Amino acid sequence: MRLRHIDEYRDPATAKALVARIRKDAGDAPVRLMEVCGTHTVAIARTGIRPLLSGAVAMVSGPGCPVCVTPDGYIDAAIALGREKGALLASFGDMLRVPGKSSSLEKEKGRGLDVRVVYSPLDAVALAVASPEREVVFLGVGFETTAPAIGGAIRTAAARGVANFSVLSSVRTIPEAMGILASDPEVRIEGFLCPAHVSAIIGADAYRPVAERHRIPCVVAGFEPIDILLGISMLLRQKREGVARVENEYSRVATATGNRKAQDLIREVFVPCDTGWRGIGVIPGSGLRIAPAYAAFDAEGKFGVPVIFSPEKTACRCGDVLKGKILPHECPLFGKTCVPEEPYGPCMVSSEGTCAAYFKYGSG
Amino acid sequence: MCLGVPARVLEKNGAAAVVELGGVRREISVMLLDDVSVGEWVIVHAGFAIEKLSEEEAEQTLSLFREIAAATDATETH
Repeated sequence: MRLRHIDEYRDPATAKALVARIRKDAGDAPVRLMEVCGTHTVAIARTGIRPLLSGAVAMVSGPGCPVCVTPDGYIDAAIALGREKGALLASFGDMLRVPGKSSSLEKEKGRGLDVRVVYSPLDAVALAVASPEREVVFLGVGFETTAPAIGGAIRTAAARGVANFSVLSSVRTIPEAMGILASDPEVRIEGFLCPAHVSAIIGADAYRPVAERHRIPCVVAGFEPIDILLGISMLLRQKREGVARVENEYSRVATATGNRKAQDLIREVFVPCDTGWRGIGVIPGSGLRIAPAYAAFDAEGKFGVPVIFSPEKTACRCGDVLKGKILPHECPLFGKTCVPEEPYGPCMVSSEGTCAAYFKYGSG
Repeated sequence: MCLGVPARVLEKNGAAAVVELGGVRREISVMLLDDVSVGEWVIVHAGFAIEKLSEEEAEQTLSLFREIAAATDATETH
């Protein structure tokens, strides 16, 4: 079956033409570009784009895997909500194997903790409606793409008076993290391939401060192989012309200003805050916590179980991988004591984690 | 985790809509969109339509792809 709006972006002849164009535009030394988003990381690894461009472009993976950057203190708080407060936990499937300080949701589920995997935050609201005798806590992890869905569930629960529903929020925003990476001299990024669906919400113009202040070209690109190759080609052309601006390859979905209705919902339900990113540290203004008007749906305040961020001291180098400072195989644990079946660090847990993608598809 | 899937709207009822996702019908929320009509394409993420897919913009991107492929063919024959 031909899939509309997908298969058109996987045409091998166009891919071949773009690879030739990228090789022609590249200089002597490989150009260091960062794909910010974990969904791009997986697409690049799965389609073999990295080896296709070797020598011309070095694709470095960024911090855009929400599961990977969620601090272990968040997992500890979630487990405490289930264990100590008897809450039913509803989560996206990716979160279950993320290690906390001493356990994971999956291990606790094996020991009887009630953890349900849901597809949508609205499914968690439905669980709360169906189980009025239980407290249902949704583990609200994600970036701007997911923030309106989490906010939409909170607003829906408020409108319907679903008092036994709340959210443990771990929502982060991407441009602030890009700003930190752009100003880190060790990261040395020459162009940002910007996320497709974060951009659909916030709009391509949101990267203008990064492009203008740090003089780094930014291109919003879709997640299909031709989208990615064209995005890379556009970044190289900016570099060749000596300009740094925001361009948008994914104009079929993302606009310059983004989805205003989704932005309004985010502003209604959340307020910006400083937040800790696992392996990176606290990034000012990069988090979204639940606004006072919706405090009744904020699991941290409702149950008095705060998420505590404390930098970890381990041999795991996920932090350097997330910042693009090292490649996964440069970590002493990669492929040895840290494998997808028994992950040590979060980058190996999530299917979108850089280490997991490298382990599964090879480093190219 | 930011994966979104293109889906066509089959039915709409207020803030809820039914879409076709990989041959399966599924109810989603369209509360994040100002207006959407049956027959239009949207991107679905975590049970929500997060944005509409513009067929006009898609066609422009595809015609750019065709130009790039044709330009390379021309270079190769010389």
